Amino acid sequence: MKHTWALTKIRVRMALRSRAFIFFSMVMPLGFLFGYNVIFGRGEPEAVPFLLGAVLALTVMGSFWGLSMQLVQYREAGVLRRFRIAPVDAGALLGSSILSNYVLVLPTVAIEFLISRWIFGMRDWGNVEQVFAMVSIGAATFSSFGLIVASVTNTMQETQVINNVIWSVFLFLSGATIPLGVLPIWVQRVSLFLPATYLVGGLQQAMLRRSTWTEIGGDVIALGVGLGVAFGVSRALFRWEPESRISGKSKAWILAAMVPFLLLGVWENTYGSRLVHLRENFHSLEKGDAGQSPDATK
Amino acid sequence: MTQPIIQAENLVKSYADVRALRGVSFEVAEGEVFGLLGPNGAGKTTTVEILEGLRSPDSGFARVAGLDPEKSGMAFKEKIGAVLQSTALPEKLKVMEALELFSSFYGRHTDPQVLLKRFQLEEKRNAFYSTLSGGQKQRLALALALVNDPIVLFLDEPTAGLDPQVRREIYTIIEELRREKKTILLTTHYIEEAERLCDRVAIVDSGKVIAIGTPRELKQTSAGTTRVTVRLANPAANGSLRQLEGVAEVREMDGAYVLSSTRPPQTIVALVKQLEAENNQLESLEIASPSLEDVFIEMTGRRLRD
Repeated sequence: MKHTWALTKIRVRMALRSRAFIFFSMVMPLGFLFGYNVIFGRGEPEAVPFLLGAVLALTVMGSFWGLSMQLVQYREAGVLRRFRIAPVDAGALLGSSILSNYVLVLPTVAIEFLISRWIFGMRDWGNVEQVFAMVSIGAATFSSFGLIVASVTNTMQETQVINNVIWSVFLFLSGATIPLGVLPIWVQRVSLFLPATYLVGGLQQAMLRRSTWTEIGGDVIALGVGLGVAFGVSRALFRWEPESRISGKSKAWILAAMVPFLLLGVWENTYGSRLVHLRENFHSLEKGDAGQSPDATK
Repeated sequence: MTQPIIQAENLVKSYADVRALRGVSFEVAEGEVFGLLGPNGAGKTTTVEILEGLRSPDSGFARVAGLDPEKSGMAFKEKIGAVLQSTALPEKLKVMEALELFSSFYGRHTDPQVLLKRFQLEEKRNAFYSTLSGGQKQRLALALALVNDPIVLFLDEPTAGLDPQVRREIYTIIEELRREKKTILLTTHYIEEAERLCDRVAIVDSGKVIAIGTPRELKQTSAGTTRVTVRLANPAANGSLRQLEGVAEVREMDGAYVLSSTRPPQTIVALVKQLEAENNQLESLEIASPSLEDVFIEMTGRRLRD
């Protein structure tokens, strides 16, 4: 833990020195927040919690891209092999990636809340404890997804291609950009197999106070299992050297992290009511009463 | 008899179709600076990376400070320091941060402030790694390698790519470490570096150690000959140079004739007379005492930098 903590502190400092990090992790999410509220929310305070839920999800998911690129870049540049000579193990390096990202996400999330309140007139903070739980587990889980991508790719170009594919799916089929309520039913059903859908939906429900702790707990557990699997696989496949190549078959290990969501997707499609909630939230946004929270049993 | 601190026995390593090591063996005593000298691709880096625990040999035996580099885990890493041939640090990492970070990894470590001063990096303590010059990066790499006061220090081509002035600065540092009786395994393809810094040298070529000894001992295997390098206006008649007085061997290299002579003055007089008789002209002449490169050329027929 001592090494993980030392690495975490230094990574936070280095990230704050990077203009690219500041832009993609802080400025861009705020751009989404403004854009969503102006274009989709039309400046209506009632729409803000629903839209903020999606923006929080985008903020949290962004770590997926950044961490995978950084790990591959470190490997290609020979940075990892310098650490390999020192008494530091792969777990400390990977753990510090996740921890540092979590520390860095929190200020952006806080700023997004404040802007939503003070600029866009959001009246209710939502269920802050549930939001905190979802942001926390989401940040860790999507960081670990990024690490598993870095563990199975051999070059930066390959990483970018895989990231583009996965990111596009997360972005457009989870409700983070296009509300699921406007997509065809079959696409909605497919979205139930994506981890991003549970993050977006869970955050929106939490912001609208429409989720029970049992429901949020289910999302947290699913994301937590995904985190555990992704971290374990990325640690097992971790490579220090740029010359160490991974076979094509091994890339299939990415799918291992999706197993919990595969099972959850089957269950939700068969027995669950998540799609009903997602449609309800969207339709209430259209009607202009998205911010009105029905009673939710805690 | 004290146990050697580094033991390499019959190391073999192949990469696909390339046999990088074909049975490398040597020992290094504690407090010794030992050099692996050879051209690019000879197997020096593969050898040192096996001893650092970065690669596994296909067969053979390696021990450093009594530990198996591959299997001893963190206990092994606590005892060694290394300057790798190709490595880097994160661009936005500051010099002092790097020293403090790596110090924190070890149970026992030197004060980073002391290292900063020793390696003349005080002015650069808050500089980002990406802004350092090549020489400064290499000094930082040396400082990081010494952060845990290692029992064994590995230096893989520590001056490659550096200009002569900076190279001499690094030599000064390594000479200080030598005076402190630090055990160092150094790989290089620079003759001057091996002759100046090493107590003993193993000459490596094509994955094998072809000679081993102190620089003086190795040079003496050149049979006490002096190297006389001549360039002629026209090619010499077949075998004529070999007949000159005192000449033990003749090689043709890069358009010049390299004569190994046991009596250089007599050889030169005889050469001039012969050239007059053949109506040939001497374009240039160089005389040098045998170097490790001569030893390498005699053994392999090639220059170190071919």
